[in-house]
Amino acid sequence: MRPLLYVLSFLAVLGLGFWAYRENYTTQGALREVAALQDEIANLHESLAIQRAEWAFLNRPDRLRDLVVLNFDRLGLMPMEPHQFGRATEVAYPPPPSLADGVSDLGIGLPVDTSGILNADPENADPEGQTP
Amino acid sequence: MIRTPLRPLARILHARAIGANPDAIERENLRQRNEVMRDRARGRAQLRLLFLCICFFSAFTVVGARMGMLAASEPMEPRSAGATSTITAGRADIVDRNGRVLATNMLTHALYVQTKDLIDPVRVARELAEIFPELDAATLERRFTDGRSFMWVRKVMSPEQMQAVHNIGDPGLLFGPREMRLYPNGTLAAHVLGGASFGAEGVDSAEVIGTAGIEKALDARLRDPEQAGTPLELSLDLTVQATIEEVLATGVHQFEAKGGAAILMDVHTGEIAALASYPAFDPNDRPNPLADPNAEPGDSPLFNRAVQGVYELGSTFKIFAAAQAMELGLVTPDTPVDTQSLSVGRKRFSEFDNHNYGPTKTVTEVIELSSNIGTGHLALMIGGERQKPFLKSLGLMDASPVELVEAPGAKPLVPKKWPDVVTVTTSFGHGMSSSPLNLAAAYASLANGGTLVKPTLLHRNEPEIGPRIVSEQVARDSVMMLRRVVTDGTASMAKMDEYAIAGKTGTADKPKRGGGYYDDKVINTFASVFPAEAPKYVLIVTLDEPVDRTGPEVRRTAGWTAVPVAAEIVRRTAPLLGMRPAIAPQPLDGLTAVKQ
Repeated sequence: MRPLLYVLSFLAVLGLGFWAYRENYTTQGALREVAALQDEIANLHESLAIQRAEWAFLNRPDRLRDLVVLNFDRLGLMPMEPHQFGRATEVAYPPPPSLADGVSDLGIGLPVDTSGILNADPENADPEGQTP
Repeated sequence: MIRTPLRPLARILHARAIGANPDAIERENLRQRNEVMRDRARGRAQLRLLFLCICFFSAFTVVGARMGMLAASEPMEPRSAGATSTITAGRADIVDRNGRVLATNMLTHALYVQTKDLIDPVRVARELAEIFPELDAATLERRFTDGRSFMWVRKVMSPEQMQAVHNIGDPGLLFGPREMRLYPNGTLAAHVLGGASFGAEGVDSAEVIGTAGIEKALDARLRDPEQAGTPLELSLDLTVQATIEEVLATGVHQFEAKGGAAILMDVHTGEIAALASYPAFDPNDRPNPLADPNAEPGDSPLFNRAVQGVYELGSTFKIFAAAQAMELGLVTPDTPVDTQSLSVGRKRFSEFDNHNYGPTKTVTEVIELSSNIGTGHLALMIGGERQKPFLKSLGLMDASPVELVEAPGAKPLVPKKWPDVVTVTTSFGHGMSSSPLNLAAAYASLANGGTLVKPTLLHRNEPEIGPRIVSEQVARDSVMMLRRVVTDGTASMAKMDEYAIAGKTGTADKPKRGGGYYDDKVINTFASVFPAEAPKYVLIVTLDEPVDRTGPEVRRTAGWTAVPVAAEIVRRTAPLLGMRPAIAPQPLDGLTAVKQ
């Protein structure tokens, strides 16, 4: 009984040692991965800051003003001024529907499917009143 | 324990027999007993001391070992810490009220040289001089070879320059990472932002410190590592600031002025929406202060006219005399005031250009016509001992509390004694100097219904109600008088259909350095609030030595110079501030007319 206990405990120690060895290396691997991720995050933060600075630099008011002046013929942008404001009443209503619009609503102008209205063979036609 | 008796009978009897003193036996025994007790006590004390020694020794060993470990080990960031550790830039960004970037950091590199590792100093010096035009090849070569082991070459450089230095390929050329302060908008809001430079420099990093403006005033906040991730939000509005700077620059050129300043401030919260001073500078490349000791500070573009420009502000002060007289119940807007003559002692006061406005005018008309004599009479009714505390309560006699490092240095110039002559001159803005920003705060305090306003550059969400200066009725009447100045008085050029401006012009002669005043150099100020029916913003425009040559005669009064500039600023910025213009009915076009 006792030798069996010895062998079992020896095997348990062996197993635990192997487990601890593996755990140690997985932990170190995880730490390395975290470090790499943090480096990546730092790099991304950095490039984000640069992008933000560049965005602000490209959107600086005097550059935009120059661009507006350069492209005036295409864009026609003007500084915001009070006379550009209006009242809601100054906006025209859409024109009232005319008679022509009503006609088109009835669908008269649309193409009509006529197939099946007339019989395909006029010889077999039996129009009412022609039957002897 | 067996106690030895002090007087053993056997020995006593024996002593008595031989005729000795039996007391000696008792003393001897007592002595022996005390000795035993002493030895025991000493032993215990020594044991305790030893125990304490061991305790202290181990405690100090632990502390010493920890210190030694900390000193000897390499510094390392905690690797297993969670994602909470933000690896962000060292100095917080500065953004405007809408979150648009005004100042940020950029990673760049500094260049230094380990001269011992240089393989070919002559070639390196020549090629460095080609890359950086401001360096001189001969000087560099001399410094590379004069025996020093280390030297800085450049504090910052662009990525292209860095690549070019890499291409030289000498192992003695080394780069150190640097956080560089970047102001992407160039000269925009330069006087507010100030600038930054490097403080203590090391190979791996350098600290960035503010050198002027809000960068220096709030340096501790911007450098605080805990708040590095949250940008500092200013009350400025980038668009409004850009517009005001553009209009101000145009105005300064049009009126041939030396410079100008403009402040736009919310009357309820004291937030400064725009603060411009012309000429400006680029905070990315801050110029050096003027070296010439005789130069006026205003000649330098670094000079912030809006905050540091302590000038006599002229007739813009008149409204304070009128407001105080009404607050004290001395007059109402319709009370007639003597405008014929005013003398204090031997000093006789006269109107601008020796006008004569007739025997009496109402208080409203006194402000509208900008009558010196009428205002002087109001001031004499108030009296100097009440006038001075009133102006002080408006903040006109103290340096502005705004968050700029230049502000505490710009103390208003106040006469030490306050005789009646000073009372009169101060009432129309002469003899006492203050800054445009102080004037803006004082006007805001009148325009917002009569409570004190503290100017600030930081974004606030809710108004801070200060102590009451004047009653609401007086504040309303004052704004109404200012409105009359625009509709019927000296500031008629600010009259427009879209927005109702209320304001007061001020023209003050510039003081000579040695004393006295120039005849042909003036400071023109227009202090205004808009919209007049329910004031939301106060706008101060100051022009330094402007002149209007468009008419048949040369004109230097504020009504012809500062007022049109201010009117244009209001016309351009009010829509940006979300203010609805009073819309004049548009002429009907053909279609609309037919429909109606």
